[in-house]
Amino acid sequence: MRASLFITCYNDTLFPETGRAVVSLLERLGVTLDFHSQQTCCGQMHANTGFRAEAFSQAKRLVHLYADAENVVIPSSSCVAMIRDQFPGLFEDLGSETLRREFSALLPRIHELSEFLVDKLGVEDVGAYFPHRVTYHASCHGLRAIHLGDRPFRLLSKVRGLDLAPLPNLDRCCGFGGTFSVKNAEVSSAMLSVKLQDVFSTKAEYCTALDNSCLMHLGGAMHRQYAGMKTIHMALILASTESTPMEAFQ
Amino acid sequence: MSKIAEDPVLDPTIALPFPAAALPALRDPQLRKNVAHAIDVIQEKRGKLVVEKSDWQALRVSAAAIRTHALENLGSYLEQFEARCTAAGGHVHWASDAGEARQLILEILRKEGADEVIKIKTMTSAEIQLNPFLEAAGLSVYETDLAEIILQLGHQEPSHIVVPALHINRSQVREIFAQSMNRPDLPDDPQALTAAAREYLRRKFLQVPAAISGANFLIAETGGVVIVESEGNGRMCLTLPRTLITLAGIEKVLPCFNDLEVMLQVLARSATGERMNPYTSLWSGVTPGDGPQNFHVVLLDNGRSSILEKAKERQTLRCIRCGACMNACPVYRQTGGHAYGSVYPGPIGAILTPQLMQMRHAQSLPYASSLCGACYDVCPVKINIPEILIDLRAQVVDQERRSLGKFFDPLYLGLRIAALLFSRARLFHLAQKFGRIAAGLFTKRDGWIHSMPSVGGKWTQTRDLRGLPNQTFREWWQTREADRRRGR
Repeated sequence: MRASLFITCYNDTLFPETGRAVVSLLERLGVTLDFHSQQTCCGQMHANTGFRAEAFSQAKRLVHLYADAENVVIPSSSCVAMIRDQFPGLFEDLGSETLRREFSALLPRIHELSEFLVDKLGVEDVGAYFPHRVTYHASCHGLRAIHLGDRPFRLLSKVRGLDLAPLPNLDRCCGFGGTFSVKNAEVSSAMLSVKLQDVFSTKAEYCTALDNSCLMHLGGAMHRQYAGMKTIHMALILASTESTPMEAFQ
Repeated sequence: MSKIAEDPVLDPTIALPFPAAALPALRDPQLRKNVAHAIDVIQEKRGKLVVEKSDWQALRVSAAAIRTHALENLGSYLEQFEARCTAAGGHVHWASDAGEARQLILEILRKEGADEVIKIKTMTSAEIQLNPFLEAAGLSVYETDLAEIILQLGHQEPSHIVVPALHINRSQVREIFAQSMNRPDLPDDPQALTAAAREYLRRKFLQVPAAISGANFLIAETGGVVIVESEGNGRMCLTLPRTLITLAGIEKVLPCFNDLEVMLQVLARSATGERMNPYTSLWSGVTPGDGPQNFHVVLLDNGRSSILEKAKERQTLRCIRCGACMNACPVYRQTGGHAYGSVYPGPIGAILTPQLMQMRHAQSLPYASSLCGACYDVCPVKINIPEILIDLRAQVVDQERRSLGKFFDPLYLGLRIAALLFSRARLFHLAQKFGRIAAGLFTKRDGWIHSMPSVGGKWTQTRDLRGLPNQTFREWWQTREADRRRGR
């Protein structure tokens, strides 16, 4: 199977190890990957802050870029939510009929990473080995916007050596919310501090998710507090094996 | 007693922006504990009742459809309501704004010779700031809902639309009652507190000649009004006084009596986590010799018709004021209601208030959300609150980006530059390289950024940021591809 990797702007810049892990994981599962060098951003930051025109040009750009892709894999649930939930409205108001048609044709080929693994490749056991206690944070967009459901748990439960610690109040936001984290920094921090109490209560070594934006928020606070826990994108867990441990991607 | 917040102001025209207004609440552990505790109780009850209802999603769809239909034909349903209510002996008045509504109500009370008035909990009357107006005109206003009594006697503002005194706990209630009723030895058990309130109320119910209510629903078909409540104080207000004035937003109308079958099921479950609320009162006009003999309905616009004109935002008016969105909201959970600077707090307040203000005030409210979507999930009439929040943000940006002050605002500047960079991969790649150098200046030996200037400082006030890696993913991929082509 062929797939094009949309790495997303912030993973590209801040979390390249997530991309390397996705490449390793998918190639191990027999997927032929390509990477479109013209890709930048899906427009989520601009859309959610109220910069509609800017978000529209980025959305349009993405649709054109991937018009011919067999599949598009995106290791960020909030960017997938942006495409599914917000592109239609932007194109309805600002786009042409042709663009709307192109988008409808592309939409079924857009996959979040865990969707691609479970639904498209039909695998749950990806052959991973990760001998650590891990808790899973269900990012709001993954949970409520694109309804990942139990896919992440099915994938994690098949990872050898992994001790999955359930996270209390799984459905509660970590307080990141994009520019919300700086526009309402104090409220965002209050939400974060409450979330961390739940995360720390799991006594896990790692907190994982399918969205590095939440992990950047949680991990940033963990580092500030010298907490005995780190954040890790699920792609790194799933890519890890006995012969290629997580450190290989960092 | 610990102060709840530094004099919260629930008037959007003068309230502080949300980030500043939230600070006193964030620093008040008592308030945060009270809010979280009260919400947890309601949420747990609601959760159980939703699970037991196998057709819950279908009920939401029906409720949304009923409300949508009512709003799309609002004009004719309101006229029908007016005609049927008038035929049943009621008087219907139309108020275009808060000032008109207040004046109408005062004139009715004066005409009836009432210098005292009792009230059922009505957020709409708080919206038009009715109590201070009537008091300034020399009337005595008595709230009869337990939570509203607590607020009135304690000189406090409501922080929730269903449970207005949610931010106050039992021992704080005891202090308010002990002081205002001059009963220093009052115990803090709920029975004693309720008994004290009952004693305070009984005389008012029997002596005060006029009452003011809100409306949960107006029924076009019958000209009737519906009030749902838990305590029975409403039933007393609706039956004992000579004169009754109902103040209702124009959006409250339902086409027919049978629509209540759906609406009452979703309302009680969503609002208080009950299968059925204890008291549901329905009446149409006047019944000679029984109950109030003078019945007036004041229909309030106050910005609602301007919301109705907009196809996407119109869904805001479907709201049946159940408060489920604020109970589910992780922002409200930390701040409580006062931070929203409006009688309508939480996610629904964040979209309703700025729209009622015609986007001239409360522009910080659409940003008072992490867009987590929990509100949309629980809304019994399926208002897509995140979608409207984003839409209102776009309206705020359209207003602000033309102003000189915002042109150089770091966030605005940053987003404009980012938009340019995202338009060309080559520019974006260059910016990544430049960003790496710039971030390097702030990166400590441990590879993390502990402090940043400007907007970045808002991030680093409570979190670190990992320094930028030496290689972007794009660079890694290109190197790998080049190596492969060279056959390594």
